[in-house]
Amino acid sequence: MNDLALLLAATLSAGTPLALAGLGLCINERAGVVNLGAEGMMLVSAVTGFAVAFHTGSDLLGFAAGAAAGALVAAGFGFLVIWLNTNQYATGLAVSLFGGGISAFAGIDYVGRQLTERLEHAVPGLSRIPFLGPALFRQHALAYGAMAAALAIAAFFYRTRAGLVLRAVGESPDAAHALGYPVRRIRLAAVALGGALCGLSGAYLSVIYTPLWVEGMVAGRGWIALALTTFASWRPGRVLLGAYLFGGVTMLQFRLQAQGVQLPSEFLGMLPYLSTVVVLVLISRNPLRIRLDMPASLGKPFFPGT
Amino acid sequence: MKIRSLLSTILAAVAALGLAACSEEKKPAAAPAAAPAPAKPEPLKIGFVYVGPVGDAGWTFAHDLGRKAIEARFGDRIKTTYVEKVPEGPDAERVIRDLVAQGNKLVFATSFGFGDSMAKVAKDHPDVFFEHATGFKTAPNLRVYEGRFYEDAYLAGVMAGLMTKTNTLGFVASFPIPEVLRNINAYTLGAQSVNPKVKTKVVWVSAWFDPPKETEAAMSLIDQGADVLLQNTDSTAVLQAAEKRGKYAFGWDSDMSAVAPKAHLGSCVLNWGVYYEKAVGEVLAKTWKTEETKWGIKEGVNDFVKIPEFVPAEVKKKVEEAKAFLVANPGAVFRGPITDNTGKVVLQKDQVADDKWKGEVNFYVKGVEGKVPSGK
Repeated sequence: MNDLALLLAATLSAGTPLALAGLGLCINERAGVVNLGAEGMMLVSAVTGFAVAFHTGSDLLGFAAGAAAGALVAAGFGFLVIWLNTNQYATGLAVSLFGGGISAFAGIDYVGRQLTERLEHAVPGLSRIPFLGPALFRQHALAYGAMAAALAIAAFFYRTRAGLVLRAVGESPDAAHALGYPVRRIRLAAVALGGALCGLSGAYLSVIYTPLWVEGMVAGRGWIALALTTFASWRPGRVLLGAYLFGGVTMLQFRLQAQGVQLPSEFLGMLPYLSTVVVLVLISRNPLRIRLDMPASLGKPFFPGT
Repeated sequence: MKIRSLLSTILAAVAALGLAACSEEKKPAAAPAAAPAPAKPEPLKIGFVYVGPVGDAGWTFAHDLGRKAIEARFGDRIKTTYVEKVPEGPDAERVIRDLVAQGNKLVFATSFGFGDSMAKVAKDHPDVFFEHATGFKTAPNLRVYEGRFYEDAYLAGVMAGLMTKTNTLGFVASFPIPEVLRNINAYTLGAQSVNPKVKTKVVWVSAWFDPPKETEAAMSLIDQGADVLLQNTDSTAVLQAAEKRGKYAFGWDSDMSAVAPKAHLGSCVLNWGVYYEKAVGEVLAKTWKTEETKWGIKEGVNDFVKIPEFVPAEVKKKVEEAKAFLVANPGAVFRGPITDNTGKVVLQKDQVADDKWKGEVNFYVKGVEGKVPSGK
């Protein structure tokens, strides 16, 4: 029982960075922009967040700086693809490489530095409930933030006028333009917001989850978040589910190994990817729904006045 | 519009390429020297090929400390250059050829995967000496060297065996190759030498470097009762996980005491400088010949350092005794009788493992839980 509680807790904290980044990319893509630069943005934010938390001693400022750095890189990307209409995929890849390089360069002096003492987290009162306490209520605030963000983004997409406009821009920018909406600015705002969430995810990794900075420390989580968004058919709830599933199976396979389960570790290492893809494909298998969910103008440039 | 978008694509591409290029060669050697001053002998030029960034800790950092050690020792009789972040594979050959073309007469390559490239270049340049860390291919002008890393793991094990409260140790492992299995086994044997009740849990992360994954692995070991962890992955994540959870861990490859003051029980360090001084000395004295060097605690390539204040004096004494034992009996970590964890005797009583035995380790010793991952 206790084991299960610890597994659940580990799942929540492992899923949080993927959920945050995935939700950010979900906003991007709902507005019709694919940002393959997620990995690079997360690295830039990880080093920025770590540096700020290191110098100020405040995690909160670290998160803010991480989110700002993510938004800034994303805005640069947005300017290139939205105003100059560069190819979104090529530019995204360039951002990814650029982010990896510049974060390594800027972070040279922060390798091996340590932040102020990291504390165990607990929600007062609730964390002492048997089973549920250790399982659910001993997380960092951002873990609950990710859940709240998923709810908020779902409500925004489907319950607000602004969300409708954002999705319209992703579906048919020409129609939105004809109705008088500033398509480019809306796309830029979506891209920057998505970048900020990716940035928050990067800062969570370097400030809370693995409190250190080393080159390349995001280690592919940006790419996983990108894949997650697609397999979750661009729905915030499913992104959250997929992130927890991925985190949960990752943690489960480590536990199975430590318990001496006789399966090749390479096979166990593959499980998180396999199970996440299978589950998300199964729940989104209705082709009509996928067509409805997929932003129709995803990845396509928009030329106003043509 | 067209031209603008073309321009910006090119800009983005150039920026990306430029970054990739400048990340590689940080410190190019000086251009071919102008006419040398007649009296003074030309310094011996030495090139180092690193697999990672030098950084502040870990494998490549340890090699760079060795490079600095020979610079301090030999002064202006030598001139060193290094190239960091060289990928293993065809690129390595180009980098090594470049170093030779720049006039380096002694080249050190510090990762297993540089072996083929070293062998190829060595064949074409019989007048240059090549040294390959952790390799196995030799030639008249190519030799190999490595440490006895398992001696460090053994000493960490002695410490762990005495400090554990749950009698459960944890090991965050990279890939199931003999090198890593030797460390897991030596860690367990060291712990059992002082505490027969100890068992070791192993988690494989299938990476040399993935800090979040290393953290997750460490956390799951701790959740399952392990309270002293060792790793052979390359970051400080495991130590930091132990610090956060109030458990113990060790530094690996370099001194990591600073990152986790409460969790750090000692660091397994590598002093490559000892070997590099020997190699450079031999080239300067023209006595260099090909051989295989495996140095450990005794010779000073491996060491277990920075035992913290809070460790009880008698524990510290036991570790010092074990170290003295290894100095007196190099390589004695694997001395029979040793049985694997299925009960099979893998080394007879009083037999000391030879290089062939150590090169073929594919089992866990008694006390390690689970089974070595394999495709079968």
